[in-house]
Amino acid sequence: MIEYYLESGEEMRIEEHPILSFKKQNQLHFTFNGRPMIGIEGDTIAAALHDNGIMHYSNSLKSHRPRGFYCAIGNCGSCNMKVNGVENIKTCMTLLAEGMVVESELDEVTIDA
Amino acid sequence: MRERDLIIVGGGPAGLSAAKVALESGCSVTLIERANDLGGQLVKQTHKFFGSKSEYAKTRGIDIATILIHDLEPYQDRLEILTNATVVAMYPDYVLSVYSGHDYIKFKANAIIIATGASEKFLVFENNDIPGIYGAGAIQTLMNQYGIMPGRDVVMVGSGNIGLIVSYQLIQAGVNVKAVLEAADHIGGYLVHASKLVRLGVPILTNTTVKRAHGTTKLEKVDTIQLDNHWKEIEGSEETIECDALCISVGLSPLHQLLSMAGVEMIYINELGGMIPKKDEDYETSMPHVYACGDVTGIEEASSAMVEGKIAGLMAAASLGKPHPEFDSRKEEYFHQLTNLRQGPCGIKIRKGLEQAGEMI
Repeated sequence: MIEYYLESGEEMRIEEHPILSFKKQNQLHFTFNGRPMIGIEGDTIAAALHDNGIMHYSNSLKSHRPRGFYCAIGNCGSCNMKVNGVENIKTCMTLLAEGMVVESELDEVTIDA
Repeated sequence: MRERDLIIVGGGPAGLSAAKVALESGCSVTLIERANDLGGQLVKQTHKFFGSKSEYAKTRGIDIATILIHDLEPYQDRLEILTNATVVAMYPDYVLSVYSGHDYIKFKANAIIIATGASEKFLVFENNDIPGIYGAGAIQTLMNQYGIMPGRDVVMVGSGNIGLIVSYQLIQAGVNVKAVLEAADHIGGYLVHASKLVRLGVPILTNTTVKRAHGTTKLEKVDTIQLDNHWKEIEGSEETIECDALCISVGLSPLHQLLSMAGVEMIYINELGGMIPKKDEDYETSMPHVYACGDVTGIEEASSAMVEGKIAGLMAAASLGKPHPEFDSRKEEYFHQLTNLRQGPCGIKIRKGLEQAGEMI
């Protein structure tokens, strides 16, 4: 049986909020660099990773410095990752789906996958 | 090639408002939005808006988004909405290249309204790229849209309205805001927002900025430094604050790239955030039948973006031979609203910028 890294909702999920309510949605299973993880339906990939304590998404091309996300709305490209084998996916805008295979782009990537 | 009458790029407050007025005028409208949902950045604004009643003052941003989207429902037969679709190119022959679902689709339009909004500015300091250093908008997206805290202990850089409001929203989400840093000698935003934070015990440190960040794959702490009134660092004034997230709220710059690419005449105005299109009093750019509205024409607030959107929708429809039945009265009303929104001390910077762009007063 696969052991999932973290039960969603234990780490960074907001439990109580004076204005917003976050409905408990279905859990989705995915892997990050081969590690099984759990997100929630409606999460973007980046949001689900953040909830699992993952903030390091890629390395910069020239200096290979760790990168997380910066803008979360598809402007900066800092969160690009390989998703289901396709490189340079904006993980801050792509919704998580059951069984997704997410890999960080730590080495040189090509422009067209 | 898909041929269309009017294409609006961007489904935020400006684009949605433009769509409504153009639809009222009788146009067929194609609205293209790169995110999964319409609403732009309104979808994460949990605070109540200021401004005038016609622009939904006292209503929360998230609810304004719902209203603007709902307003388009009566026109479904003439409205085409593309979400998850990014306009990646705009050419002088009115062709737009749209990336959607791993495919490129070409559109050609008789008129185009650009309402692409803005992107967050960055700040230069040592190690400013460590994961855990985020734009203020990113933090709002993470916590208000997806319900996830950006960290446990946050330091905010910038005390403009966005910095102050997001600090308060962080506290509402259960996050500890350790300090708000402000490089200038005074708080930038409304004092009503600042007072709320001070009452909750959040220190707002003026004449202070971030000197460097520490950490490798995750932010661990930041060093702050004090500045004198000439923005020079004061030696020996460094202090360390432990935090797992740093929020950068130092302003926005217009997302002008599509207009620049198409060869529209541009002008750099510091007060309006950067490169903006030159436009005439009818909101038309140097490219005939191409209009621009909202933050892409200069950074203001969502309220003015909505009014500008209405103006662009009104004018674009008229240029397509479909003037709004109440064209004259609407035009007068919208320009009047815009002038009202830009009044007062908070509009000084915007008025100065617009004056430089040759647009008003």
